[in-house]
Amino acid sequence: MARLANLPAVAPSVSVPLVTVPAGSSSHGAPRMEQRPEDVKRPDNALVRIETRRLSALFGRAIAVKETSLFFPTNTVTAIIGPSGCGKSTFLRCLNRMHELSDGGWSTGSVLLDGADIYGPGVDPVAIRRRIGMVFQRPTPFPTMSIYDNVASGLKVGDHAYKRREIDDAVERALRQGALWDEVKDRLHTSATALSGGQQQRLCIARAVAPLPEVLLLDEPTASLDPAGTQRIEELCHELKRQYTIVIVTHNMQQAARVSDYTAFFYMGDLIEIGRTSQLFTKPAKEQTEAYLTGRFG
Amino acid sequence: MSARAVRRRLKSGTMTGIVAALAILAVLPLLLIFGDLIHKGASSIDWNFFVKSPVPAGETGGGVANAIVGSIIVVLLGCVVGMPIGVGTGLFLAEFGNGRMGWMVRFIADVLNGTPSIVVGIFAWTWLVKPVGHFSALAGGAALAILMIPMLARTTEEMVRLVPNSLREAALALGYPRWRTSLTIVARTAMGGIVTGGLVAVARVAGETAPLLFTALGNLNFSTSIREPMQTLSLQIYTYATGPFEEWHRLAWAAAVVLMALVLTLALAARWATRQRFGNKSAI
Repeated sequence: MARLANLPAVAPSVSVPLVTVPAGSSSHGAPRMEQRPEDVKRPDNALVRIETRRLSALFGRAIAVKETSLFFPTNTVTAIIGPSGCGKSTFLRCLNRMHELSDGGWSTGSVLLDGADIYGPGVDPVAIRRRIGMVFQRPTPFPTMSIYDNVASGLKVGDHAYKRREIDDAVERALRQGALWDEVKDRLHTSATALSGGQQQRLCIARAVAPLPEVLLLDEPTASLDPAGTQRIEELCHELKRQYTIVIVTHNMQQAARVSDYTAFFYMGDLIEIGRTSQLFTKPAKEQTEAYLTGRFG
Repeated sequence: MSARAVRRRLKSGTMTGIVAALAILAVLPLLLIFGDLIHKGASSIDWNFFVKSPVPAGETGGGVANAIVGSIIVVLLGCVVGMPIGVGTGLFLAEFGNGRMGWMVRFIADVLNGTPSIVVGIFAWTWLVKPVGHFSALAGGAALAILMIPMLARTTEEMVRLVPNSLREAALALGYPRWRTSLTIVARTAMGGIVTGGLVAVARVAGETAPLLFTALGNLNFSTSIREPMQTLSLQIYTYATGPFEEWHRLAWAAAVVLMALVLTLALAARWATRQRFGNKSAI
């Protein structure tokens, strides 16, 4: 296999399903059913931004995500689809250690960010969350802050003490990346809650990218938006993947098809299938995937 | 109109009339108190009333400047001690109070909320007056603080719990540490409600007399030393109203008007703060 480092963002040679069980991962727990052929090669390590190894997420004794191993290549958009309650949001929340903040939430297995386990001993979850931005289903601008302060808020909690100029620049860059700059540049210091729902959501994206995270997690970011707002967010995904690795959870299969390079299908806490979006939607390998895509359930 | 429709209308009208009458009955005491106070007290209020200290018994004139200043000082002392503790406790209860500790604190706060203020006064006397050997404004402020803390704790908790969890999560996902999320995002969002709760608590303790009888005691002279006994409006009213002189009774009425106006202003300020909070979309 060729070195992938020089290939375009979406390595075209990686057309096989992307998931493998890494060699060293079966050191604990029972052996599990393989989800893909053994001969699958992982892309070059430098291209993998996040990788999960036998990641399980639980609420108390209830298991929400079962031993999921997959990885997210750098500068790609991966969509996670599946019916309600299939564990896709919970899985996403494991990737930035938000799941453990839920009532009774805990997990096993590991999540590697640039090769290092974010669940490893001595890792500060707060520091991890600064490297992985997240946007939620409903827009969550901080109501007591102006537009400017909202975007700058992530910069002010980091270890680095930014100068005023640097913050000004970062806010402008983030708002441009969030495709909101032109709409708000004349009222940066007004209340963020006066914006429309779609604008608020783009503000949240700007806020998430302002500290330059490596990964952007989007948890059904368009669920509360109208079609126009949805379209803008989808266009943004295409823009933002040049700089970030994006994982988007969505209810909407068309949306997954439109925005993502890879799609993972979850059902009842299991990762059923992952592959290139074009392949998964046209020639799904698993019966369950096909059934879901054709609307026979879920 | 059918007989049934008439009967229904009649019934509806009667019931509406009854509840309206009850509502009027409920606010009537307040209106009567106001009317009485203004009728008997307003005529005694003049500039001297606000700027002069009391004159010896038997003489006419004099004012309650010492009591007005004293009230402000004692209530401020209560706020300085009580507000951080009360608001902090409320924040703790809302953000971290789901365990056993939270249950206990909440229960104790509720019991303390129902404790008669005179008991709090005796408690403050036992610990802050008797060992020191003399009454003081400081002890009075402490007694008021003890009264304020449970009120503030519970209102703060309620207001903080109104802040949607999604906001907490958004801050945490941005890399805010837990304590910073609580202080800069959650508490700031709930600030309108917390301020309202604070004003209501201040309004309530500003009129307290019983706990101050054992602590601040009262003082017929102008004093700003918090280590000395201090006069407050409520104590002044108590002294004057129970005294034998007609002049004192007149001044008691006037002091009551001032105290009532003070409490009413605080209540209105609280309402205003609330309206800001809900009228403006920036709130919760």
